Amino acid sequence: MLLQVKNLKTQFKVKGGVVNAVDGVDFEIDRGEVVSIVGESGSGKSVTSLSIMGLIPNPPGKVIDGEILFKGEDLLKKTKKELQNIRGNEISMIFQEPMTSLNPVFTIGKQISEALIKHKNMSREEALKKSIEMLELVGIPSPEKRVKDYPHQLSGGMRQRVMIAMALACGPELLIADEPTTALDVTIQAQILDLMLKLKDKLGTSILLITHDLGVVAEVSDRVVVMYCGKVVEKGTVMEIFERPLHPYTEGLLLSIPRVDEKHDKLFMIPGVVPNPLNMPKGCAFADRCHRCEEICKKEVPPLVEYEGRQVRCFRYLNHKEGKV
Amino acid sequence: MELNREENVMLEGGVEKTSSPWRNIWSELVKNKAAMVGLSIIVILILIALFGKYLMPYDPNTGVLAESLQKPSSAHIFGTDEQGRDIFSRIIDGTKISLRVGITAVAIALTAGIIFGSFAGYYGGKIDMYIMRLMDIILAFPSLLLAIAFMSALGKGIDKAIIAISIVTIPEYARIVRGSILSVKENEYVQAAKAIGNNDMGIIFKHILPNVMSPIIVRATLGISTAILETSALGFLGLGIQPPQAEWGSMLGAGRGYFYNAPHIVLFPGIAITITVLAFNLFGDGLRDALDPKLRK
Repeated sequence: MLLQVKNLKTQFKVKGGVVNAVDGVDFEIDRGEVVSIVGESGSGKSVTSLSIMGLIPNPPGKVIDGEILFKGEDLLKKTKKELQNIRGNEISMIFQEPMTSLNPVFTIGKQISEALIKHKNMSREEALKKSIEMLELVGIPSPEKRVKDYPHQLSGGMRQRVMIAMALACGPELLIADEPTTALDVTIQAQILDLMLKLKDKLGTSILLITHDLGVVAEVSDRVVVMYCGKVVEKGTVMEIFERPLHPYTEGLLLSIPRVDEKHDKLFMIPGVVPNPLNMPKGCAFADRCHRCEEICKKEVPPLVEYEGRQVRCFRYLNHKEGKV
Repeated sequence: MELNREENVMLEGGVEKTSSPWRNIWSELVKNKAAMVGLSIIVILILIALFGKYLMPYDPNTGVLAESLQKPSSAHIFGTDEQGRDIFSRIIDGTKISLRVGITAVAIALTAGIIFGSFAGYYGGKIDMYIMRLMDIILAFPSLLLAIAFMSALGKGIDKAIIAISIVTIPEYARIVRGSILSVKENEYVQAAKAIGNNDMGIIFKHILPNVMSPIIVRATLGISTAILETSALGFLGLGIQPPQAEWGSMLGAGRGYFYNAPHIVLFPGIAITITVLAFNLFGDGLRDALDPKLRK
């Protein structure tokens, strides 16, 4: 197991109270695997990724409980210095906004070189040479020239390629991609996803993909973790989740994807809104929006239940034997 | 939407020419005539400061009493002062003092201001509170008054004048730096810098500061003229530079008693101060325009 996240809890202190942005999340990533965390805005997926990187702004945020085992060692117990040696070297990250995630005052060559000089003790020349190789690897034409470009001279898709080159320069074992394609247009999205998968196979990097786009999930992931209001509501392989979603929320998510092969007057929509994080319902966070809601759902928080070898957080599966729901 | 527009620009513009931002700024600056006049004057002043001793027709510090208060003539082109010293030589000699004070005072204030401002802006919270309240306390006093107070505590002398002037101007730089850092520290590239393993110092000094240098550089060039003026003011009050060392402000101060009989004593040091301050202001203004991409044509 490359990464094991156990009972992770991250809190934010805000005006008017404490928000449990991540509330007891468990999942794991194997070597060479692509795991997606899916959820809508505010479900805690980005906070989960930042917690793994140790980049939760403190204050107001703090990881209050749990373990993040990377190659068997708890990242939460590491010193600041040890974490700096891991970031960019063994675990790296790419961000949502390619337009702002590169520093506008440095050439892209310098930005890719930085991690190499820092973590691999390379000289400037060696690092620049490796940067050119990386740019070539991510499919940027005439990399020897492009390496001297500034970010504003590149388009969004190109910049995201540069970000990927930067993140993969040191050959990390885990790449966290926080909505890497959200800000790109569709044709570029496909290219970037394709590139990430190709490089995953070539370099043997595991990927943790954070996204709200189920199309992206279906295309690239091996396993899926569905999050809602800071909690994992369902886990399974891509096939399982798409073929037979167990949780009513996952069901709703899948139904809301517009399909071209069926005629609809109106798109499906999950009724209601996400509850206020400062005022969470007593029972299941999804109860108010759920079409299968029962008495008990409003009173108690459902546990993560083992069902047909998968995990789902819903009372419906608690007392039923396999295959009976 | 945003992205599409950007990408269209990229497509229409084709491959942009690779150029360094400094070269862009320079070519922008060259177009600004006022800034170039300012820059030429600054260069001339620096040359005068460096090689002034070869230009001085007389010893600036020894005078012939019999020739005191002479009007400008072919022998003394700026005339002589109350002790018969050649004003032209004294102004040349004073150039290096004024420039030295201006540049060192700004350099010290800028360094301290950058350190205080960036820590306050980057860390926020209590650190921000303590640093900025300290800056507010300094700002609460009129700067010249505070400089005089520091001088009376530190004693007279040019080095002490430099220290006093730099201390009272630290808050201006600290506030500019803090404000600029606040405006860029939430950018994703800062988070990306953390994600590749930078420590706090690396992030502040390598990734954030270069992005906020333009307002700081501009304030610094304008600050040089303020520092020169304040040294002159301290000199005028008899603090700061001690006689017989020539300094423009103290020349003004010493000459004020002869203003009606021999106006040239105060006229020429006054012109020297004005020209120097004007040169730095013109250059600073031009630099601000050149550094702001929105003002580029």
